[in-house]
Amino acid sequence: MANAEMQRTRPRPLSPHLTVYKMLPNMLMSGLHRITGAALYFGTLLLAWWLIAAASGPEAFNTATWFMGSPIGLLILFGYSWALLHHMLGGIRHFIWDSGRGFDLSTVDMLSWGTIIGSAGLTVLLWVVGLIAKGGL
Amino acid sequence: MSETTLRPTPSPTQARIRTQLARARGLGSAKSGTDHFWRQRMTAVANLVLVIVVLLQIVGLVGADYATAVAALGRPVMALPLLLLVLSGMVHMRLGMQTIIEDYVHSEGSKVLLLMLNTFFVVAVGLACVYAVAKISFGA
Repeated sequence: MANAEMQRTRPRPLSPHLTVYKMLPNMLMSGLHRITGAALYFGTLLLAWWLIAAASGPEAFNTATWFMGSPIGLLILFGYSWALLHHMLGGIRHFIWDSGRGFDLSTVDMLSWGTIIGSAGLTVLLWVVGLIAKGGL
Repeated sequence: MSETTLRPTPSPTQARIRTQLARARGLGSAKSGTDHFWRQRMTAVANLVLVIVVLLQIVGLVGADYATAVAALGRPVMALPLLLLVLSGMVHMRLGMQTIIEDYVHSEGSKVLLLMLNTFFVVAVGLACVYAVAKISFGA
């Protein structure tokens, strides 16, 4: 009776969740891996659009490339390329962990920082190479 | 089902609730064992290689006009890795989004609906890409 009374007036205890932990690099990378994965999922629409436009003819292709060359299009492509490279490096990190290695804290931190620094660096490199290929640099 | 054999409840130390067959197959309560994990990793390895091959070629197409882009997309060295990537990517993204849905959507109706939409989306986008690459390659 007393128990039932308590259950009605007091919310049931919950297990500790995200908010009670100090944010660590590997937690942030875990979240970013999922977010970039979801972004890539919907980003495939962009690839599909580009391919269908190329298959449809010059007019559709020019519309697609015009959008992708616009400031908003370039921003989306820049984010898309970063998401791809970040998710890729995150995947390599998971392969290392799948092999049973790299679970000591210093290595976990190193791999996590490596993912974000590596993805940012590779994205910039990719765009510099792309701009050179276009002849803009 | 026709016969029910009554057996004594096994003690915790000798409890063998699962049949030998289930044990041998290694499948858990979801009935799929490590299948999800394995497919995710296998397609991840494929994607890793294929993305590099495709991405480098696409970067080379920056600013290319229609004729150049279509000619490049129709070449086997581009079309084949691209088709493989679409195939492997479809499986990978479906599994990934399935995990996200199962993690965050707890109402049974919405969950089932979203899992169906997930498959529809992946197949539709994937087949659209395959169709486009095939059309360009075969010059129809």
